Amino acid sequence: MQGQRPRDEGQRAKWTITDLRTSLLPSRFMSSTASAHSDSRSGGGAAPEAAGNPAAASANGAAADPSGRPAARATERTEAAPAASLAAELPDDVLLGWLRDMLLIREFEVRTMQAYQEKKIGGFCHVYIGQEAVAVGCTAAIERRDPMVTAYRDHGHALARGMDPRHCMAEMFGRIGGCAKGKGGSMHMFDKANNLFGGHGIVGAQTPLGAGLAFATKYEDEVIEGRRSDRVTLCFLGDGALNQGAFHEAKNLAGLLDLPVIFVVENNGYSMGTSISRGTTMGHDISVKAAGYGIEAAVIDGMDVMTVYDAMKPLVDRCRATSRPAFVDMRTYRYKGHSMSDPRKYRTRAEEEQYEASDPIGRLAAWLESSRGFSKQRYDELAREVRQQVRDCVKWAEASPEPPIEELYTDVYVERFGPYLGTSPPQMLRDGADEA
Amino acid sequence: MATREIEFRDALREAMSEEMRRDVRVFLLGEEVAEYNGAYKVSKGMLDEFGPRRVIDTPISESGFAGMAIGAAMMGLRPIVEFMSWSFSLVAADPILNNAPKMLYMSGGQFGCPIVFRGNDGAGGQLGSTHSWCVESLYSNVPGLKMAIPSDPHDAKGLLKTAIRDDDPVFFLESERMLGMKGPVPEEEYLIPFGQSIVRRRGADVTLISFGRPVHFCMEAAEALAPEGIDCEVIDGRTIRPLDIEAFVRSVRRTNRCVVVDQSWPFASVGSEVVAQVHERCFDDLDNHVHRVHSDDVPTPYASNLEQAYLPNVRKICEAVRSATYRA
Repeated sequence: MQGQRPRDEGQRAKWTITDLRTSLLPSRFMSSTASAHSDSRSGGGAAPEAAGNPAAASANGAAADPSGRPAARATERTEAAPAASLAAELPDDVLLGWLRDMLLIREFEVRTMQAYQEKKIGGFCHVYIGQEAVAVGCTAAIERRDPMVTAYRDHGHALARGMDPRHCMAEMFGRIGGCAKGKGGSMHMFDKANNLFGGHGIVGAQTPLGAGLAFATKYEDEVIEGRRSDRVTLCFLGDGALNQGAFHEAKNLAGLLDLPVIFVVENNGYSMGTSISRGTTMGHDISVKAAGYGIEAAVIDGMDVMTVYDAMKPLVDRCRATSRPAFVDMRTYRYKGHSMSDPRKYRTRAEEEQYEASDPIGRLAAWLESSRGFSKQRYDELAREVRQQVRDCVKWAEASPEPPIEELYTDVYVERFGPYLGTSPPQMLRDGADEA
Repeated sequence: MATREIEFRDALREAMSEEMRRDVRVFLLGEEVAEYNGAYKVSKGMLDEFGPRRVIDTPISESGFAGMAIGAAMMGLRPIVEFMSWSFSLVAADPILNNAPKMLYMSGGQFGCPIVFRGNDGAGGQLGSTHSWCVESLYSNVPGLKMAIPSDPHDAKGLLKTAIRDDDPVFFLESERMLGMKGPVPEEEYLIPFGQSIVRRRGADVTLISFGRPVHFCMEAAEALAPEGIDCEVIDGRTIRPLDIEAFVRSVRRTNRCVVVDQSWPFASVGSEVVAQVHERCFDDLDNHVHRVHSDDVPTPYASNLEQAYLPNVRKICEAVRSATYRA
């Protein structure tokens, strides 16, 4: 929002790359976690590989990361790490909550793939396996009143934000119990009660919307309420959206109008089958793409939820205090394909295994084990509980009826006229209280 | 009701200013709307009254600021987005067509989009093809949006106030060629509901249906045809979505002949839609097939004579009416 303040060009020209990548965790956990909890990755029930995948992968060359980007923790720029980890100070129940959320997303997505293969889910479907630490760590760094908006790989964000997984699954099943009454599908998860503004299917389309959400919170706080702006919008996008014009326009507007929005680029190295080095200039260091818009950038290891929180929390606090946008190069990896139809022939199995070895669930579990006396037994109990919850949620979704045919003509317009039947909120909002 | 003569642009400004006084959630953004006082002076003086937080200059970045306004509308604000020309809205097609009109549906009723997009539509005056878009046919194809297209200052004000209060996205089509047009506008507040056309001229022989600027061409044609003994009824549709088809049908059942005049291209157009609906409802009432007049099915030319020939002008309307009434 531009106000009448004189432009401080000096300040505007100053942008900094804040390196917040450095994990504060002892490095041994990063390499040892996968073996310490080798059964943890799928939360039980190994995820089915897409047929015909691994063998052909070598065609792409076998660099450790053929996307061309250095691993997040291997870049040259370093700054002194903060004195202590914020996440490490949090109580057990919070950290266990993160572990549970990541397990829930993992298990939910495994069941999603299964249901897709059983043709219970149609259309395009993009699972979040591997990226769980991003949604969970980022959501932990904001407050519930802070808006959030994302792209089409959105199940993880919905669950991290607090959507009941039953409504998320039912949405994909095309049932009336879905968050959008079965009218949105996998790519369009909306949750008004939890300030999740979608789930958007067109690459980059959510980025001007994210700027608009930030515009609106600031307008409400400052113009309507007459107090200081103090809400932050998180706008997620993939690295594929870096090259959409809409995102450049959104960055320009956010920088120009001082919008409190953080663009979190979930940089998993691939836009569909095109590695970032093949599709994006400066793909090895995308944080420079914020510089041209006077936006502060950070690079974060998105494979570790405590690191994500440690890095995001100060960014969010600063954004809240200064109303200045930020840009995050969140280095992450999707273990599965772009969508359910992707055999991942453009990358090697070795590359996938490299990332799987630093699995975010395993890393947190290992840290909890060493620092909080978390036992394997507790972990197994948690995994079992989550598995049961997701099983129940699949059953619930299957039992939810198909939307009645009248739903074809509801929610087209708020107003009722002609053939249009007005609007009504989904079950999730109507009885959200007793659902939870 | 006391009235005064004001320009079309003044009527638009009054509508916006009154609604912004009434509701702090309403704000205006667009290119040159604030410090420049509006590329066409529609928003003249509004920056002074409402300040830069509510009258916001944007960069030339239609996709960005239209999308940003849609995000703000999802949060419950009520943005008015000015496109200097609807021709420029094409670069914002994704937000205005894929987001605004579908948000309510895709979210299962959770997030509406109370937003107004407004600006100049149609040929200005030798602006060439890229700047002369009539977007009504292209955009009205999309369910979830409403579309208003006033033809005089009175309607411009009353329809725009309704648009701003509407909970659904409204595409509001003005015309550069009409901004300076003067007309009587009541001093008192009034709103014009959507979906209610108005009869501009009573007549018995043929029903002319039109929207926006070509309504005036129809009125001229009606005057020209009167000496020939053809008595035209002229209906101004006012809104395209919703479409006041019931009123059109009532008139056609009385006159038994119909000519639709639509300034967009003929193929898959507002004109062809109205023709189809009239035929569906009035098949047994019609003495002739419904005729239609459009811009020619070519890119808008620059040369003055070609542009005049291209538009749905009085000559073309008269020819269509004579043909429809078997006087050709």
